[in-house]
Amino acid sequence: MSTLYGLLVAPFVDVDFMRRALAGLLALSLGATPMGVFLLLRRMSLMGDAMSHAILPGAALGYLASGLSLGVMTAGGIAAGLLVVFAAGLVARASNLEEDASLAAFYLLSLAAGITIVSLSGHDVDLMHVLFGSVMTLGDDALLLIAAISSLSLAGLALLFRPLALECFDSAFLRGHGRYASPVAYYGFMILVVFDLVAGFHSLGTLMAVGIMILPAASARLWTRNLAPMLALAAALAFVCGVAGLLLSYHAGHGALEVEHEHGASEIDPAGAAIVLVCGLVYFASLLAAPGGLLAQRWLARRKHLSS
Amino acid sequence: MTAPALRFENLTLGYERHPAVHHLSADIPAGALVAVAGPNGAGKSTLLKGIAGELRPLAGHIRLSEGKSGQIAYMPQRSELDASFPVTVFDMVAMGLWREIGAFGRLDAARRTRVAAALETLALSAFAARPIGSLSGGQLQRARFARLILQDAPIVLLDEPFAAIDARTVEDLLRLILQWHDEGRTILAVSHDMEQVRRHFPDCLLLARELVAFGSTGAVLTEALLARARHLSEAFDEHAPECERPEAV
Repeated sequence: MSTLYGLLVAPFVDVDFMRRALAGLLALSLGATPMGVFLLLRRMSLMGDAMSHAILPGAALGYLASGLSLGVMTAGGIAAGLLVVFAAGLVARASNLEEDASLAAFYLLSLAAGITIVSLSGHDVDLMHVLFGSVMTLGDDALLLIAAISSLSLAGLALLFRPLALECFDSAFLRGHGRYASPVAYYGFMILVVFDLVAGFHSLGTLMAVGIMILPAASARLWTRNLAPMLALAAALAFVCGVAGLLLSYHAGHGALEVEHEHGASEIDPAGAAIVLVCGLVYFASLLAAPGGLLAQRWLARRKHLSS
Repeated sequence: MTAPALRFENLTLGYERHPAVHHLSADIPAGALVAVAGPNGAGKSTLLKGIAGELRPLAGHIRLSEGKSGQIAYMPQRSELDASFPVTVFDMVAMGLWREIGAFGRLDAARRTRVAAALETLALSAFAARPIGSLSGGQLQRARFARLILQDAPIVLLDEPFAAIDARTVEDLLRLILQWHDEGRTILAVSHDMEQVRRHFPDCLLLARELVAFGSTGAVLTEALLARARHLSEAFDEHAPECERPEAV
């Protein structure tokens, strides 16, 4: 019992940065993961990844303008992300390019611009921080930012829920009911995704932020065929995987981290990757065991075959 | 005769400046039950899209007697709906109430009763709680018709409502369409089944990128006019292959 306490609970009770990481993850699970479910259902799972790259030049410009300032980098990231979303959305709706093609074009440009800005600047931009995040070194302001964005995201999702579900399910039907419902649902959703990705990049980094959106969503999709339980399950899985990932990386090497977080991580923080890896394990387990997974599908196929 | 529910004035519709329907002029009387017939690529689906407001006319006008496009319930071909989406049959049918309740309105007891009644009409009550992914093609089409009942629109546009549907379901759906006809709704339905059109649709609009004929079905579906429609659409293809755009399957 005491060993279990020591393994699972004590780190969060005793260590300040673990508590902060826990709070950040709870916010991300509630805010970002439900968005991942909708990305998945809109068949835009990879778009989340693309969007996270699109944020880079804004964050880099923000860094150039005022150093490692959380507010400016956040504003830059959000601005770059929104620019790409609106440009891609306009092109997809007004030309004969599909959504994915137009988004790919803009995010590639944005990513290239970001890398160029970083390399031309000559400054020692802490690119690693942007790419890999640092969930173990969340300061007060970062934590507040993540909490604020997640609250906004949750409230936004509540407002958009019905039109967004319709837009994903049968957008032609929604378009038939007025000029505004469909674009409001689409752009509103993409704006929230950008905000969530920016929140994610402070904690998990741009590369890993999408992991906690998509992997729990894909796992939940395998377990249930109803939207509401899918959203709840995805958020719960994200949080549980997050806690497991935090504990894993804490027990594996917290000595190094404790030194590190005093003056900001200059090396890669492995916690983000650990969290996404645990999400991946749960995904594989779901893939095997869930009703929508491989084994059940095979079994169902055989049973259908016999009964028909 | 009453005022037309729909009036096409020299209507030209198309994609990317390539017209698919040319210079169509016709009056669809209120309460008419019209089959839209014609060869493949004749512009039938395009015409319905245009009426529904999904496609802006390249030239000409579509005039609605009631003025607003909110009067129209449009059912496109099946491919446009994501049947794997995690939603129950009940919720999908309840979407027909969108115009009443919008994004925030409540699905109260009275409305739930109406949804249940629409499900009942289409013999789907037993499937209400199932995910739509578990429905067969015919059952899914029934669900879409149940949703149309709740939309309760005076003008109904159906794009190939019977494509790849079992005979029993076709019969039930036809009965519902005839009931809507009795209620005075204006209905346009794309159909390839000439026998069915002759039997059930009083009026027919024969299209081959331009209007071939519009009037009572007996007068429109003659050998001569059908041959002319075939000839027109083939001739058109030869002259302007770059205009050809494969219809969504």
